[in-house]
Amino acid sequence: MSGIDVERIKADFPILSRTVRDAQPLIYLDSGATSQKPYAVLDAERAFYETSNAAAHRGAHQLAEEATAAYEQSRAQIAAFVGAKSENIIFTKNATESLNLAAYAFSNATALAQWGSAVDPRFQLQPGDNVVVTEMEHHANLVPWQELCAKTGATLRWISLTDDGRLDLSNLGELIDSSTKVVSVVHQSNILGTINPVVKLMAAAHAVGAIGVIDACQSIPHQGVDVVELGADLVAWGGHKMLGPTGIGLLYGTAEILDAMPPFITGGSMIEMVTMERSTYAKAPQKFEAGVPMVAQAVGLGAAVSYLTGIGMNAIAEHEHQLTVHALTGLMAIPGVRIIGPTTGIDRGGAISFEVAGIHPHDVGQVLDNLGIAVRVGHHCAWPTCRRYGVPATTRITPYLYNSESDIDAAIAGVREAQRFFQVAS
Amino acid sequence: MSLESLYQEIILDHYKNPRGRGLLEAPLGTAFHVNPTCGDEINMQVASDADGGLLIGYEGTGCSISQASASVLYELVQGLPVAEAEKIRLAFVELMHSKGNAEPDEEVLGDGVAFVGVAKYPARIKCALLAWMALQDAEIKADLVMPAPLDEK
Repeated sequence: MSGIDVERIKADFPILSRTVRDAQPLIYLDSGATSQKPYAVLDAERAFYETSNAAAHRGAHQLAEEATAAYEQSRAQIAAFVGAKSENIIFTKNATESLNLAAYAFSNATALAQWGSAVDPRFQLQPGDNVVVTEMEHHANLVPWQELCAKTGATLRWISLTDDGRLDLSNLGELIDSSTKVVSVVHQSNILGTINPVVKLMAAAHAVGAIGVIDACQSIPHQGVDVVELGADLVAWGGHKMLGPTGIGLLYGTAEILDAMPPFITGGSMIEMVTMERSTYAKAPQKFEAGVPMVAQAVGLGAAVSYLTGIGMNAIAEHEHQLTVHALTGLMAIPGVRIIGPTTGIDRGGAISFEVAGIHPHDVGQVLDNLGIAVRVGHHCAWPTCRRYGVPATTRITPYLYNSESDIDAAIAGVREAQRFFQVAS
Repeated sequence: MSLESLYQEIILDHYKNPRGRGLLEAPLGTAFHVNPTCGDEINMQVASDADGGLLIGYEGTGCSISQASASVLYELVQGLPVAEAEKIRLAFVELMHSKGNAEPDEEVLGDGVAFVGVAKYPARIKCALLAWMALQDAEIKADLVMPAPLDEK
C-alpha cells in the first residue's frame, strides 16, 4: 500500500467514527460530493470565533486587525498550496460562483461596451463568436456559458467524448478557431474520473487569442496541482471538497486577466472611490470580494491545506490511485456491472461511476445505504454526460485519503447484495 | 429499518410486472415530469371513457419506487370518475408525507399501502410521488379538474 496510514487519518475525522442505519459503522465513499472535515479544520474555525472574530478588511480595532490578518494568512497558505501568489487568489462562496464570476466578466463587459465603457475587447462577445466547453462538464461549467451565449448571441461548442470516457480531440482544430473567445474545460471529470490534457487545451485557446478557464474542483483536492503550470487564465475550485468548510470557493487568475476583468458582485469593500454618480474599483483580489468576507471559512480552509500538506499530496494521489484500480478491478469482475468512464487507472482519478444491469442507481444506492455505505446516485450534475453514455443516472463511489481497501471491498460486496436482493442474475 | 420494509414485495412485483404500461392513442392531457435530482422520468396521459371514467396511459424510466408507483396508480384509478381518483391521489400524497407513521387504509389505497415504508426515506418520497404529480398535471391539461395549486413536488 501507499505511505498513508488510513486508520490514523480516520481518527482525525470525528464523523467517521459514527454509526448509521441501525448502528452500522459509516463507510463514506461520497467525497466527490463533499469531503469530511478533520479536527484541525473544526478547531481552527472554532478558535477563530472564540478569539479573533470581527469583520475583515474594515474597522481599526484589534479584533478587526486579527481577523484581517487571519483571512489574508489563509489566502497566502492556499496560494502557496497551488503554486500561486496571494494577489492571484480570489475567495468566493463556492466553485459555482467562481465559474459564474468568470462567465459574467464576459457578459458584463459586452453590456458595458454597448454604453461606451472602456473594456478589454477579449471579453466582448457578439454573434459569430464561440465558447468551447466539453461534453463532460459539471452543470456549473456548462450552464453559465449557455447563459453567456444566450445573452450575447455567441455559439456554444463542445468537445465530444469517446466511448471509453475520453475527450475526442480529433477535430480540436475546427472547434477552437479564430472566433473562439473562451475555452472552459474540466480538469478531472466528477462523473467519469477522466483527467483531461488541460495544458494542451489551454495552449490551443491561447493560440487563437481565447481566454482559458479550468474547473479544478475534482483535481486540486486529490493531486498536487500547480495552477501556473496548467497555463490557464482562470482556475476555479471549491473548499469543501478538500477538507475545508462549505461556503468558500476559489478562483485563481493571472494578474493581467484579473486586472482586465470587470467585477461580478459589486458593493462594499470592492471599491476604490464612490460618488453618487459612479465608482472606481479596488485592485484584485478585493475587486472581486464585495461584502463582509467569510473569514471563519477561510481560516478553516487554511487549516485544511496545512493538514493536506502534512500528509502530502503525492502520497494522497498515490493512495487514491491504488484504491481506484482496486475498485475498478473489483467492480468489473461482477457480471452486469459496466464502468461509465475509463476502465484503467491511466490519466484517471477516483470518481468511479457504474451501472448495474437491471437495477436503477437509486436502488443500488439504497442497498448500500442500508449497509452503512454512503455513495452518490443520480446524474452528478452532469446530465449531458449521462445521456452521452445512454444511462439515466449512475452509482458513483469517490474515495479519499481516509478510505481503505476494505471500504472499497464493502461497496463491491454491497453491489452484489443489491443484485441478490433485486434478483438480478450475477 | 430493513430493506424489506422499504421494498415490499408488492412494490418489487409492480416494478417487474408493471400494470397498464403504455401510451394512449388519443390522450386529452399529457404531462412529462422528471425528478431533476436523479433523472427519474414519467410521461403520464389521461383521457375519459364513454362513462366519464379516467383512462390512464404512461411510460417512464427510473428507480423501482418511481416506476412501481406509476403501476399502482394505474391499477387504482383506471376507469374511476375523476373525483374518485382525486380522493385516492390525495390519500397517497398524505401517506407520503406521513413520515412512515400512518396506518393507510387498504380500502382506499390498495397496493399503495405498500409505500408506507418509503415515507421514512425523505430522499425517496419524490420518487413515489412523481407519477401522482404528473397525473394531476395531466388532468389539469385535459380540463378534467379545476386547476389547483400543484402539491409539493
